[in-house]
Amino acid sequence: MNDQTLFSIFFSAMVVNNFTLAMFLGLCPFMGVSARVETALRMGLANIFVLVLTSLSAWVLNTYILENAPYLRIISFIIVVASLVQIVEMVVKKIAPVLFRQLGIFLPLMTTNCAIFGLAIFQTNRGYDFLQGIVFAIGAGLGLTLALVLMASIRETSELSDIPAIAKGTGLTLIIAGSLSLAFMGFAGLL
Amino acid sequence: MNERPDRDPIEVQVVDPSRPNSGDDAPAEKQVSTLRLVATLAVAGALAGLLIVLVNLHTKPIIDEYKAEQLKLAIYEVLPGVSRYRTLYLVDGSLSGEVPSGAKATDFRQAYVGYDEAGQMKGVAVSRGESGFQDVVQVIFGFEAETGILLGMKVLESKETPGLGDKIFKDQNFVDQFFARPQTPLAAIKAGSGKGAPGEIDAITGATISSKVVVSIINNGIAEWLPVLEQGIPEEAP
Amino acid sequence: MRTTTPSQDFIRGIWQENPVLIQMLGLCPALAVTNTVKNALAMSAATFFVLCCSSVLISTFKSIIPKEVRISSYILVIATFVTLADMMLQAYAPVQHKELGAFIALIVVNCMILGRQEAFASRNKVYRSLLDAVGTGIGFTIALVMMGGFREILGIGTFFDIPLFGPNFEPWVVMVLPAGGFLTLGFIILGMGVYEQRKQARQAHGEAA
Repeated sequence: MNDQTLFSIFFSAMVVNNFTLAMFLGLCPFMGVSARVETALRMGLANIFVLVLTSLSAWVLNTYILENAPYLRIISFIIVVASLVQIVEMVVKKIAPVLFRQLGIFLPLMTTNCAIFGLAIFQTNRGYDFLQGIVFAIGAGLGLTLALVLMASIRETSELSDIPAIAKGTGLTLIIAGSLSLAFMGFAGLL
Repeated sequence: MNERPDRDPIEVQVVDPSRPNSGDDAPAEKQVSTLRLVATLAVAGALAGLLIVLVNLHTKPIIDEYKAEQLKLAIYEVLPGVSRYRTLYLVDGSLSGEVPSGAKATDFRQAYVGYDEAGQMKGVAVSRGESGFQDVVQVIFGFEAETGILLGMKVLESKETPGLGDKIFKDQNFVDQFFARPQTPLAAIKAGSGKGAPGEIDAITGATISSKVVVSIINNGIAEWLPVLEQGIPEEAP
Repeated sequence: MRTTTPSQDFIRGIWQENPVLIQMLGLCPALAVTNTVKNALAMSAATFFVLCCSSVLISTFKSIIPKEVRISSYILVIATFVTLADMMLQAYAPVQHKELGAFIALIVVNCMILGRQEAFASRNKVYRSLLDAVGTGIGFTIALVMMGGFREILGIGTFFDIPLFGPNFEPWVVMVLPAGGFLTLGFIILGMGVYEQRKQARQAHGEAA
C-alpha cells in the first residue's frame, strides 16, 4: 500500500523523477533515436502503450501469482515484457505498417528497454495498487516521450551548427542529456 | 541492444576453428519440431526454477532475520529505554494483536508497542512515508500513547539532495530536536525565529521542504494513530 | 569472419571493444549506480557473476538449444542468474543491495550480456566463452569504476569512503546527481575521442613523413 496521491505519482514520474533524465531508464532509444521530432514522438507514444500494458500485467502477476513465489518475479516479468513487445510489434505491423518501418529496429529493442522492465520493478517495490500503477505508467511514458522529443529537437537544430568531429555522436548527446537533466532538477520540490 | 547503423559489433561472426559448422543446424533437419522447442524451454524453465528455489531456501532466512533485526534496532532507537516490542495491526479501524486468518500482515497498518525491562509500556512506534523534495521519505518515530509527546525519530529511507536535504538524518542537531520530548503537533519554523512554543522544530537552512516533510510525517502519523490508541490496546496473548 | 586467439578474446573486451565506452551497451547501470565507487564495484560484481555464469551455461548447452528459441532461452538463463545474484546480495550485502535497489533486477535487460551470448557464447567452446565473459566483465568494471571514481571524488570528496580532501573542500554535488552521471560519461567519451583523434593524426603524420 502506498500513501502517495495519484497526482503526485503522475507528476513525479513524468517530471520530477523523469524516467530518462533522473532515473536513467530508457537510455537506448534516447541515445539512438534519430534527430527527428516526428519519430521521437511516435516512439514515445509506442512506449506509453507498452508501459501501460506492462503495468497492468505486472499488477496482475503481483497480486495473484507472485504472492507465493516472489523469487520468480524477475523471470516472469521479463517473459511478460518480451511477449508484450512481440504482440505490440505484430499489431503495429498490421495496422500501421508505415510506422512499423519508421521505428525499425527500435520496436523489438523495447524488450531490453530498461524503462519497460524498470517500470514493473519500481511499481512492485513501491507497492502501487492497480490505479496507482496505471497512473505511474502514463506519467513515466509521457516523461520518456518528453525527454525523447526534447533530445530530438535539440539534435535537429544542432545538425545545422558546426560541431567538432570528436564531439559528434554520443559524447555530445550525453552532455546535452546532462544539461536537460539539470534543467529538470528545477522541478524538484514542486510537489 | 543498441544496434546503430554505422557500427554493428554484435554481428561479428566468430568461428571456432575446431567446429566450423557450429553455427548451422544439423544438415538433415530442415524444421525443428515444435515439441522439441517447447520441451527445451520447459526443461530449461524447470531447471531454472529448481535452482532458484534452492538458493531461496538458503537465503530467505538470512534476509528475513536481517530485516527483523533492522526493524527492532530502529524501534529501540526511537523508543529509548525499551527492551522488547509487540506488533499491533490496524484491522477495520481498531487495533488487533493478530491479522485476520488468511490475510497478509503487510496489508495492514502496523504499530509497534514498546515495553521496558519492568514490562511497562513506554510508547508506540509507527513507520510512515510521504513525498519529500526528491522522492518518498520514510520515517519511523516513537511517541507516548497517552499524551502524544514525541520520543524519537529515525529516517529509514530518503533520497533527498546530498549535502542539503540529507541533513535530515546527517545533521545531529536537527535529529536531536526530535528526541527532546517535544509536544506534538510539531511545527517546522525557520531556525532562530522560534518563540519557544512547545513543538517547535528548527528547520534546516536550505532544506526547508525536507525538514517540513519529516514534521508532516510525524504529525499526520500521530493524528492517525492517537485516536485509535485511545480505544485501548488489546491484551497480550500469554 | 575472423578467427581469434584465446588471449584476444580476453583482451578485446577490456579496452578495444569495451562494452560501455566503445559499444555503448549497459548504459543504464553505468549511469545510475556509479555515484560512488562502492556501488560501482557492487554492480560490476553482480553483472560479472551473471555474465560469466550465463556464458558458461549457454556455451555448454549451445548444441542442444534450437535456433528458434535461442533468444528466449538466453533470457531465461540470464534472468535466473540475476535472480540468484539479487537473492545472494540481499542476504550477504544488504546495505549494498538497498543502495543498488531495482538496478540489480535491471541487469537482466543489460544489452551487453545478451549481446555476448548471441555473438560469442552460442558459437564457441566453453573456456573461450568464459575468457570472453571475463574480459568483457573486466572492461565493464573498469568503465564503471572510472565513472564512480570521478563522481565520488568530485561529488563527495572521498574514494571508496576514504576522504581525500580536507574539510574545506566544497564538493560538486551535481556529480552525484543524475546530471552528473550524464556529464561524466559524456566527458569521458569526449576525452577518448580526443585521444583517438591525436593518435590518428600522429599515425597519418608518421606515414606522410
